[in-house]
Amino acid sequence: MNFWNRHNGTVLMTLTAAAIVALAIATALPTAQAPANAFPRMPDGKPNLSGIWQANNTANWDVLAHPARQGPMTALGAAFSVPGGLGVVEGNEIPYKPEALAKKQENASHWLAADPEIRCFQPGVPRATYMPHPFQIVQSSGTNDMLITYEFASASRIVRMNSKADSPIDTWMGWSRGSWDGDTLVVDVTSFNGQAWFDRAGNYQSDRLHVVERYTPIGPDAFRYEATIDDPTLYSRPWKISMPIYRRLEKDAQLVEYKCVEFVEELMYGEFVKKPRQQTH
Amino acid sequence: MRNAFITAIGAAAIALIVGGCAGSQTAAEKKWAPGRTAWGDPDLQGQWNSQTSTPLERPLQGKLAGKETISEDEAEEFENSERATFDAAPRQGDPGTYNAFWRDQGKALTRTSLVIDPPDGRVPAVTPERQARMAEERKARSERGPADSYTDFSPWTRCISRGWNGIGSWYSSNYQIFQSPGYVVVFQELIHEPRIIPLDGRSHLPDSVGQWLGNSRGHFEGNTLVVETTNFDPRASYRGSSPKMMLTERYTPIDTNTLDYQFTVNDPTVFTKPWTVSRPMRRQTDGISVFEYACHEGNYAMKNMLAGARADEKAGRTPTRNAGGEGR
Repeated sequence: MNFWNRHNGTVLMTLTAAAIVALAIATALPTAQAPANAFPRMPDGKPNLSGIWQANNTANWDVLAHPARQGPMTALGAAFSVPGGLGVVEGNEIPYKPEALAKKQENASHWLAADPEIRCFQPGVPRATYMPHPFQIVQSSGTNDMLITYEFASASRIVRMNSKADSPIDTWMGWSRGSWDGDTLVVDVTSFNGQAWFDRAGNYQSDRLHVVERYTPIGPDAFRYEATIDDPTLYSRPWKISMPIYRRLEKDAQLVEYKCVEFVEELMYGEFVKKPRQQTH
Repeated sequence: MRNAFITAIGAAAIALIVGGCAGSQTAAEKKWAPGRTAWGDPDLQGQWNSQTSTPLERPLQGKLAGKETISEDEAEEFENSERATFDAAPRQGDPGTYNAFWRDQGKALTRTSLVIDPPDGRVPAVTPERQARMAEERKARSERGPADSYTDFSPWTRCISRGWNGIGSWYSSNYQIFQSPGYVVVFQELIHEPRIIPLDGRSHLPDSVGQWLGNSRGHFEGNTLVVETTNFDPRASYRGSSPKMMLTERYTPIDTNTLDYQFTVNDPTVFTKPWTVSRPMRRQTDGISVFEYACHEGNYAMKNMLAGARADEKAGRTPTRNAGGEGR
């Protein structure tokens, strides 16, 4: 090996080292400082769904497309009437079996007396997602559980990651098991008690409900929420809802308690209160 | 269980003596450090339980009076005697309440009180102004029947809130801690109440926003999570505390399965000095999970207590207070 070749070798090595450094910087930058238009990621590379989120639609009034209509209380006038909406159900149809459809219509006609939301009961899944309140996802990494906590009634659910454990009991919010399908968080929810509804229009479920949710980032501050809903007691086939969910971008966005139990006690227990009423504090 | 624990301690002590270096235990303890989350915070995640039969305050009479600590055997004896009282038959005419079967007793500590400061193990005196107001409240309450309205019951019985986790309960003192970058959440099984704790140094909510669980802000000091909570709803009072209370909690992992949990109440318009409680949190490792606690959805007792009192009145009887309805 002559001098020139050796010198050349040094140059080559220097160039190689520079290239490695440049490559390292180039690859390090996106993780250290993600581009403004990218969904945030966790150190393990998974999308970081942690944050305060909220739907912006009228699905809690009716998951199907519906026109605006007057609200149930005359005194509340335009302030609490029902906004129209495009619906969130794929194909705009819930495939109720005939006998189940009759019950849905009965629910709708007795909405105020029968909807669990009116009495501040936990809203179940997927309804909790698109109520007119924010919710917070607390996502960790690896096999650590996630928490999804909703402002309404402080309803909450633990998402057990890569867990095979079954729920020992049926519940309002179901038993959630999570896994990743690429950049999509998939949550399989079972063990419902069947008492929750989907909306204020009387769409309902039984204790055979099975919901598979998919949370897929679609921009820096939004993810697509999809839920496939199966319940062989009530529906002739599974059906699907889909909607964007938006990040609450206010500075210091946070959930504010909405502990609604005290808002419904008069409704639920007023008839058993001693008359005439006395002043209490 | 306790015998096995003592045996384990004995074995550890013998190992130390045989090793001939008694100081190494302290060194080993100092060397232990909690794991870290993927983003570098001390890792407090997991399921925890803080059940204990040790009383909040050191009793003024009986076997725990006048001393700071007791032996393991004395603690077990105390725990058993407490348990026995839950199975005592109710008075005549009293439907009774949850017996020992329904209660989660929890181990007694070798301390005689959960209050560790002041050193007498007692909650400090309440200011004369606050005492006067509490007396007024008690008088107003005594002028009402036991169940005239749902507002005659505590937030505990109404399924509204059970307060922050340091207060504990006589059952299901189960918690799960969740972490994400910038947040810790202490999720309480009872009333499915999440204590959401931002770590980013933001300020508390304006004073006009009172909440049942207050408003929490946190930071790590070494491995200790320090949480400062303000903005309490006036009705969330604990032992007379005011909405101006500053609650400071410290969660310090001391080994894999133990959090040294302490809270300090600083509320000068109510308590003549600050006071501190220590209530250890033990990791739940036996697969028991935090379950859904649907309290309000199944609160038939509220309707029944009110309806029962109305039925008594209709029959010309004076409704009586159910001794068990308002237990903590």
